This record gives sequence, C-alpha cells and structure tokens, in this order.
Amino acid sequence: MTPASYAYAVTRGLKPEQVAGVRGVDGTEVHLVAHRDLVAVVGAVPLEEYDADALKAKLERIEWLEAIARAHHGVVDAVGTHGATLPLRMATVYRSDERVAEVLRDGYDRFTAALDDLDGRVEWGVKLYVEPPPPEPAAPPSATGKDYLRRRRDARRSREDVWRRAAEFGHRVDAALAELAVDTRHHRPQNPQLSGARGENVLNAAYLVDAAGARDFAERARSADGAVPGIRVEVTGPWAPYSFAVPADPEAVR
Amino acid sequence: MRAGLPGYDEYTGSPAYDADYPLANREIALVDLLDRLLSDGVVLTGDITLAIADVDLVHISLRALISSVKADMPSPWGGRGRGPFDMIGGG
Repeated sequence: MTPASYAYAVTRGLKPEQVAGVRGVDGTEVHLVAHRDLVAVVGAVPLEEYDADALKAKLERIEWLEAIARAHHGVVDAVGTHGATLPLRMATVYRSDERVAEVLRDGYDRFTAALDDLDGRVEWGVKLYVEPPPPEPAAPPSATGKDYLRRRRDARRSREDVWRRAAEFGHRVDAALAELAVDTRHHRPQNPQLSGARGENVLNAAYLVDAAGARDFAERARSADGAVPGIRVEVTGPWAPYSFAVPADPEAVR
Repeated sequence: MRAGLPGYDEYTGSPAYDADYPLANREIALVDLLDRLLSDGVVLTGDITLAIADVDLVHISLRALISSVKADMPSPWGGRGRGPFDMIGGG
C-alpha cells in the first residue's frame, strides 16, 4: 500500500491532543501537519483507493459519496470547535505529508489572511421554500369558451401571485439577514427530489455572522418562518465557514 | 426559549464554536452538506485531484446523487428552470 495524505482543513495553533481520537474517511485517525503557526489536519489513506480513478469511482456511488462527505465534515467540525478553520474541498489528496507542508508554506499568506477573516465567525444556512396552494378542484364544464379562458387565466394569476409574494418576501428576508451578516453567499436552490423537502426551494443562502451575534441572527431567521402563508423558512447551522472559505490561487499552491 | 429548535439553546454564541456544542452529532441533510463540500471550501490543487478537474469532481458526485433518486431528473439542482430568485442567486 502506498500512503497518501487526505487533507481536511487548515487552521492555526491546533495541538495534536486536540484531535486525538478524531477519525476521518475510512475511520482513520487524523494527524497534524504544521508549517509555522499553520496546521493542516490530515489523514493517511491508501493511494490506491484515493487516486484519480478510485476517487471518481467512489464519488459516483452514493454510499461512498455520503460516507466521505460525512467523514470530511466530521473532521472539519471537530477542528472548528478550537478556532477559525478553513475547510478544504472534499477529496483534496496529496502524495505525502511533506507535500501538504509545502502547500502550507507556499500559501502561508493567503491562508493566514483567510483565517483572519473568518476568526470568530460562523456560517448559518437559510433556505426558503414556497408551497403553492393545491390546484383548484376540477371545475364543472365551462358554459362557454370565454368562461373557460377566464378560469384558466385566474388560475395562472393566482399561481403567479404566490411566486411574486414569495419573491418579494424572500428578498426582504435575504436583505434583512444580509444586513446582520458580514457576508452572504447564494447556493443553487435544491431539488426537492434530492432534499425530500416539501415545496420548492427558492432561496438557499449562507450568511457569515460574527459569533457574538449568532444567536440573534438565528432567531431573526427563524422568525421569518410562518410569517407569510405558503412560505417556509429553514435554518441550518452553525456551520464551519464552508461557503466563505476564500479560494486559494491554485497557481500559488501547486 | 425556543424549545424544539435543534441546537438552538445549546448554542452560546461564543467565538467560533462552543466545544460543548456537538455539531458533529447532529443529523445533517446530505444535500446541505454537499452544497458546501462540493461547491465551497478552499479549492487546492491536490496532487491527486490535479487529475480530476474541479468541475469533474462536482459532476461525478452529482451523478451519484442523480442515480440515487429515481427517475428522469434533468439536473440535480434547480428543479425549476427559472425561479423568482434567480436574480439574487448570483448564478
């Protein structure tokens, strides 16, 4: 077996004992790779199972995708309890710990600036769903073609009203929350077939919030739920600042 | 107090995370997780993922998602062609 290094996150000043017992992908314990005050949280994985082909195959199978995603998140979360944490993209794999140290060294300024930005901040997720009213019961046959057309037009307008109100409300919620947040990021709306959620996801946002105001923020976001009929608001978090991790310049860390 | 809101009362608002706040133990929807794990996080060029373009990484994972839900889904996200929020979605 050729060992490789799966990197989960970059943080500062973390002590090995603080990640004792933390396990990542394949249930392997993580360890630390340091450069000056920067620390990468890394797990040893067999290269044969994490090379490009193996990764492709793994990530195409839902059970592996989920296992890796949850393991990755578990490590990021555990590290996040100790201080500002930059989550790395899922499946960031290096040939050795030495390579990871090199990446920390080469990207030192960039990582440090990003960690400074995220220090003392958390991410909240806010999703807004629209649940349109059920379709009208089948109408009796129209007396005239004119009646039929009018009914169709009314039905269409009522659906459009729901969407328009949802859009207006969503903009207000988003603007109000953005004002309380340091930064905002909009993810793509989720497909209800994947999320299993009722209604249509029309806003899928992440907000970076100062920890001191995190409770107020969550309360504010949750208060939007039920404020308007047919619109549901879901709050997730606090998350490690996944949505606000500054992309490092690939040229600089290659 | 807002009982019944998971994690709410435990959250203390202290810097970063409260060590007593067992985030890792909470049930998190895979789809929320993948929103963050696939499209966010620092994108480093790993030695291995060098061979897998970023976009590939997302797409191959999404194929897993698609095949995990039954039927004829055109795209894993964005059930609607244009929703009222496209204007604020930033792409």
